[in-house]
Amino acid sequence: MNPVLEVSKLSMNFGGLKALENISLDIFQNEIVSLIGPNGAGKTTFFNCITGIYTPVSGDIFISSLPQKTEKENICGLKPNIITKKGMARTFQNIRLFQNMTVLENVMIGRHVRTHAGIIASVLKLKKTRNEEKKIVDDSYNILKKTGIENFANEKASTLPYGAQRKLEIARALATEPFLLLLDEPAAGMNPAETIELGLLIKEIREKENISILLIEHDMKFVMNLCDKIFVLDYGKKIASGTPDAIQNNPVVIKAYLGEDFDFDA
Amino acid sequence: MFKLSEIIKSIAVSAWFMFLTFPILVIKVNTYEKTIDWRWKNMILIGIASFFLSFLWRYMLKQKEYGSDKKKSKASSFFKNTVKNPKFYTSSIVLILCLIIAFPFVFSIYQTNIMTSALMYVVLGLGLNIVVGLAGLLDLGYVAFFAVGAYSYALLNHHFGITFFMALPIGALLGAFFGILLGFPVLRLKGDYLAIVTLGFGEIIRLILENWNDFSFGPSGIANIPKPSFFGINLSIYETTTYMYFIMILLVFLTVFVVNRLEDSRIGRAWIALKEDEVACQAMGIDKTKTKLYAFATGAAWAGLAGVVFAAKTSFINPASFTFLESAIILSLIVLGGMGSIFGVITGAFIFILLPEYLRAFSDYRMLVFGAAMVLMMVFRPQGIIKKRRRFYKISDSGGKKQR
Amino acid sequence: MEYFAELFLGGLTRGSIYALIAIGYTMVYGIIELINFAHGEIYMIGAFTALIAASVFNFLGFGQITVFLLATAVAIIYSAAYGFTIEKIAYKPLRNAHRLSPLISAIGMSIFLQNYVMLAQTSNFVRFPKLIPDFEFIEPVAHIIGSSEIVIFVVAAIVMLALTFLIKFTKTGKAMRATAQDKTMAMLIGINVDFIISITFIIGSAIAAIGGVLIAAHIGQINFYIGFVAGIKAFTAAVLGGIGSIYGAALGAFVLGWTESFATGYVSSDYEDLFAFSLLVIILIFKPEGLVGKSTAPKV
Ligand SMILES: Nc1ncnc2c1ncn2[C@@H]1O[C@H](COP(=O)(O)OP(=O)(O)OP(=O)(O)O)[C@@H](O)[C@H]1O
Ligand SMILES: [Mg+2]
Repeated sequence: MNPVLEVSKLSMNFGGLKALENISLDIFQNEIVSLIGPNGAGKTTFFNCITGIYTPVSGDIFISSLPQKTEKENICGLKPNIITKKGMARTFQNIRLFQNMTVLENVMIGRHVRTHAGIIASVLKLKKTRNEEKKIVDDSYNILKKTGIENFANEKASTLPYGAQRKLEIARALATEPFLLLLDEPAAGMNPAETIELGLLIKEIREKENISILLIEHDMKFVMNLCDKIFVLDYGKKIASGTPDAIQNNPVVIKAYLGEDFDFDA
Repeated sequence: MFKLSEIIKSIAVSAWFMFLTFPILVIKVNTYEKTIDWRWKNMILIGIASFFLSFLWRYMLKQKEYGSDKKKSKASSFFKNTVKNPKFYTSSIVLILCLIIAFPFVFSIYQTNIMTSALMYVVLGLGLNIVVGLAGLLDLGYVAFFAVGAYSYALLNHHFGITFFMALPIGALLGAFFGILLGFPVLRLKGDYLAIVTLGFGEIIRLILENWNDFSFGPSGIANIPKPSFFGINLSIYETTTYMYFIMILLVFLTVFVVNRLEDSRIGRAWIALKEDEVACQAMGIDKTKTKLYAFATGAAWAGLAGVVFAAKTSFINPASFTFLESAIILSLIVLGGMGSIFGVITGAFIFILLPEYLRAFSDYRMLVFGAAMVLMMVFRPQGIIKKRRRFYKISDSGGKKQR
Repeated sequence: MEYFAELFLGGLTRGSIYALIAIGYTMVYGIIELINFAHGEIYMIGAFTALIAASVFNFLGFGQITVFLLATAVAIIYSAAYGFTIEKIAYKPLRNAHRLSPLISAIGMSIFLQNYVMLAQTSNFVRFPKLIPDFEFIEPVAHIIGSSEIVIFVVAAIVMLALTFLIKFTKTGKAMRATAQDKTMAMLIGINVDFIISITFIIGSAIAAIGGVLIAAHIGQINFYIGFVAGIKAFTAAVLGGIGSIYGAALGAFVLGWTESFATGYVSSDYEDLFAFSLLVIILIFKPEGLVGKSTAPKV
């Protein structure tokens, strides 16, 4: 079986700074994989490269949304909207919701890529368009229910509590029907109860929707409990990969984190 | 409230503004007769006005900081309930319709003409509102598309005898075409660069019209552009004016209908999201360029349409009608009325065009006041006079509880 | 060859003036990322106050050079005061607003100031008094260059050197550079960002005033509308060079000045403004980071 995402030798520079150097990693269907590393290691940059927001200096990014088939597709350098259309959706570390739109509308924007009405259809609003609109609303609401924030549906996104905003980011990404979901520090700013809930939500997404997940996270307990596999970045290089147990006992990783006065059991 | 420190602050502000306006407001030199006119009265006026206004300024800034939403809610909820009341709603619509129909029969030709102008600005405003208010693309060269519409009717009529009603769709299409043509290269630019490039494009089109005599008849313009014909019947001036008025009313209805539909559609939501956050939009799979181009083209189409009406209404056009100032007027009326809100834009257009007409004394000060209003609006009420209302959606699935 | 020299010097004159205005755009943009649309009006107000002051001083019977210096001083003071006030009224309250808001506010301010001057003074062109004496030493080349042009080059050069010195070596200059790079960081290390922004407006406006006086003295007439076109062209120059960079602004200004001068001289004078606008559009589309600017990836 092909991996759903196969990154090979990806590099990215900002001026003189080598933000990523020859990063390779694979994610298989239905895996929950974590990308960890100290601050400034290049994790977000990695996300930006594979989602098309930055164009990598070199490397390849292959996806195969149907792992049964053998063909895989290089998406390196494509525009972000195309990549989303092909089935990778992400959230942002510094929440980027459409602040002045309602929660429901935020998710409805996520449906954009899977719906069709153009200008003329929108003006004429024939039966087909009306049905599509209705379906957008219903589908979006269902996604809100799944993520547990349906009570906020008609609130302005900016008025939501922080944890709910993070969930809304996930809901919005889910609305694009991805096969791979990329979460950039989804638990940041959440309290312990919310973090546990989030873990359950992520597991549920994997089981019910058949979506693979790659997440960046600093909360080690959360990562260790949730993930099947972990990749560790430091100064733009991949310094380790493996199961949570292996990572916890990897001396290289511990060294990378030691500077930060770190404890895996925290 | 009126503490000593506040008063001292205001005195300082007042002194500052008296100093600031001194040479320009007080001294007036006549360079030919070599005389100086000292207008001390102005200085006193400025001193007094700025003293009091500075209190108001600080008070309003404070209000804005604390968010005055709480206080308003009572009055506005009463207002909302009245508006939502279906009886009130239908009766007011009937009333407005009657007013619209009766207008040209009650008022003079002159007033009908002004009203037609105001309605033209409603169409222009709603068109620009798609680009600026919804999609958040500051287009400072919007008047270029207005010119495209006007010249396409004038020239097509001059050369090929195309009639007004044939020119309407042609003008709109050409407007949209130019929107795409100009939009394509500029749309990847950042917000404020886009503003300047569109301004540049607007000026380029005007300069071409001014200098390419063989094509556009240069600065002298095109005269004798026919008014729309009414099934071949010759109409009197009064009848033509009334006729133009009703054509314009229909066009406004069409515009409101289309813009309303667009706003409440997949594309419209994408525009609004684009205004909020481009990066997030792309990450949601929205094609930035295409969506912006749609906004540019649909916005420009209305300008083209309005341009055709303008040419027919004035029966004479020249490049001087299509300066940057015109773009600025259209922009300020939507800013004033309420960006993104259809009702707001209509309000803005009426205030902008009718107020100076009916307050003659005021008309010299029109641009001064509106320039100031643009600044004040941005500082104190960026959403405009009429705030855009939020849409609520009905959820019809069986499991979900019903929303409002 | 003589024609070429004339055009070259004409371009240099234009370029110097554009540079003086463009510096204000570029400095303000560098610090608060705002196209200060009202900057052209500051330049116009500089020219007007100079005209008014010069007339008054003329009546009082001062000599030509004295009048020139005094009028320039008045123009600088007033333009700086206007720039300072405009920032406080129209931009400062909008620091955290949606990105379109300050730009619209700036356009409003520009319209307001134009109409303010038009209503308080006149909508016609007014003759600007002759402030710059005819130098004797240029007599042999007087047919291709005037004394006002020489003054323009010299003053522009001095101003630019002085500004470079200020930004490179003074404490304020360093604070300005720090603020331009990262406002939050600058604040954290104890720089008074509001003060630095005000200083930026004051310096930019003062330099624009010098440009206003010089061009008015050179051309000999002004009206309330001169700021609009000059403003857009100077902005073009700033973008051409790479907005945010002061050298860029100067470089862009001269490139624009020569382009206009040679294009009107050799191609057609009907389309004078068209060349500038086309250059603006072409640059923004193909090289929005300008001649000396670097393109950067926005942080996400
Ligand atoms: N657009 C950019 N321009 C220049 N440098 C950048 C840019 N984006 C990121 N960097 C730099 O690249 C490095 C990696 O940044 P990145 O945001 O990927 O780190 P991260 O691993 O996500 O850290 P954190 O855990 O703090 O989110 C940092 O040194 C950062 O300053
Ligand atoms: Mg990060």
